[in-house]
Amino acid sequence: METHIEIRNYNLSIDGKEILKNITLEIPKNQITAIIGPSGCGKSTLLRSMNRMNDLVEGLKYTGTIKIDGNNILNKDQDVISLRRMTGMISQTPNPLPMSIFDNVIYGPKIHGLKDKKAMSQIVEQCLTRVGLWNEVADRLSDPASKLSLGQQQRLCLARSLANEPEVLLCDETTSALDPISAKIIEKELIELKKDYTILFVTHILRQAKRLADHVVFLYFGEVIEAGPAEEVFVHPKDPRTQQYLEGVFG
Amino acid sequence: MNFRAFEENLFKLFMVVSLILVMGSLLLVFAIVIYKGASALSIEMITQVPQGGYYLGKGGGILNAIIGSLYLAGGAIVLATVVSLPVAWYMNQFTGRSRYVSILRDILDVACGIPSLIYGAFVFLIIIGLSQRTSLFWGIITVALFIAPILIRAMDEVMQTVSHRLKEASYALGATEMETLFHVVTRQALPGIITAIILAFGRGIGDAAAVLFTAGYTDSIPTSLSDPVATLPLAIFFQLSAPFPEVQARAYASSIILLVIVLLLSIISRMISKKTARYVIK
Repeated sequence: METHIEIRNYNLSIDGKEILKNITLEIPKNQITAIIGPSGCGKSTLLRSMNRMNDLVEGLKYTGTIKIDGNNILNKDQDVISLRRMTGMISQTPNPLPMSIFDNVIYGPKIHGLKDKKAMSQIVEQCLTRVGLWNEVADRLSDPASKLSLGQQQRLCLARSLANEPEVLLCDETTSALDPISAKIIEKELIELKKDYTILFVTHILRQAKRLADHVVFLYFGEVIEAGPAEEVFVHPKDPRTQQYLEGVFG
Repeated sequence: MNFRAFEENLFKLFMVVSLILVMGSLLLVFAIVIYKGASALSIEMITQVPQGGYYLGKGGGILNAIIGSLYLAGGAIVLATVVSLPVAWYMNQFTGRSRYVSILRDILDVACGIPSLIYGAFVFLIIIGLSQRTSLFWGIITVALFIAPILIRAMDEVMQTVSHRLKEASYALGATEMETLFHVVTRQALPGIITAIILAFGRGIGDAAAVLFTAGYTDSIPTSLSDPVATLPLAIFFQLSAPFPEVQARAYASSIILLVIVLLLSIISRMISKKTARYVIK
């Protein structure tokens, strides 16, 4: 199994407060890796390290390396724009931009320099089809994105990330604001998508992690307690804390 | 009657009384202006410049002041917007300068409270220092100077309401700060920005003190930036200080014209605002 992202001795603190401690992990390519753990354990911070979104936080310090395709993205001279283009992020609540459905999908390619109108239409159709939204919106692409239902908005955000042709998808509790049916649709699409993308999925819903994950990382108070193939972690957890978490002793 | 119901009624009464006080005084102002000015209102007033002896009761109109005011406030709002928008952008960047920005906000708030007369006096000193004449150009500079802080703070306030999540969405797609400010923050804040511009225009067109020393006054329509220019507020002031009742009535008629201009502007701004609000994320 090929490793796509390799994290070594990664520490992160904000204003001197340690958030992530000595994280060492390997994220396999073209699989869904679920990052689980109780709230406040650093799941989202870990996820947001991969596209350097944490850089926007004041008082942030980190050490260690995160290599994507062997290239350390924490390097000072790493171009964050190309990094973020390569790593699509889908956040907890849908965050469509204040523009039309069409403009939302094409936002990434457009700012990265795409000018050809025909190519734009092609990309929009492809990406919306890929997330199963095309048939629902094909006749109203110029409508404001905010007119879509929450579930549709989230799929639009997924399509918007795909339009950037990323390699990695970072999902931060991507379904938690959605109704169960919309959540199911997104889950199904992610399973579809993993053949082309490496997917990291942060969740605190264990059942969801069990449905989706090929690989599981259990994070607890900023430390990786256990990481491995899903069936191993879920069925035979090695660490007592993992066991307790899975049994719902703390949550 | 129980206390909470009493409290509720008292509160409602308080709101209604405040509303009546505010709206009542406003309507009273309108009523008096219309009552005193309607009879003097004529087509001549808005199609002619003052003829000789206009301020003594002879014929003519105040077209010079209407056009002058539009030139002046129009020029000032363009100039002020061009400088204010980048400042508002600067204040809403995603950087670790929050402390400086809050100091900047305080300074601008103070600047908003400075009477326009002071801005006028300041520019007047510059005019003298450069041995220039009062003109449309200096009037535009003064009004722009005095509405810029208002404009910046109003734009800043709307931009601050743009949710963090929206900006993040843009950054996560690989957008730079400039692209995010331009395509997301400004677009989301656009209806508010338009309202801010129109309100500032209203302030600019209605102000007499800023242009008193800087724009000069003339009975003709300016043909260049270096010409002196008449403005409606000053026209009202001069007519009102004339000792003839028919000239004073014209002052009220001029006020009606000014009110109508401002009213039209706010209607237009509402329409544009509504149009641009289509894509706004609620």
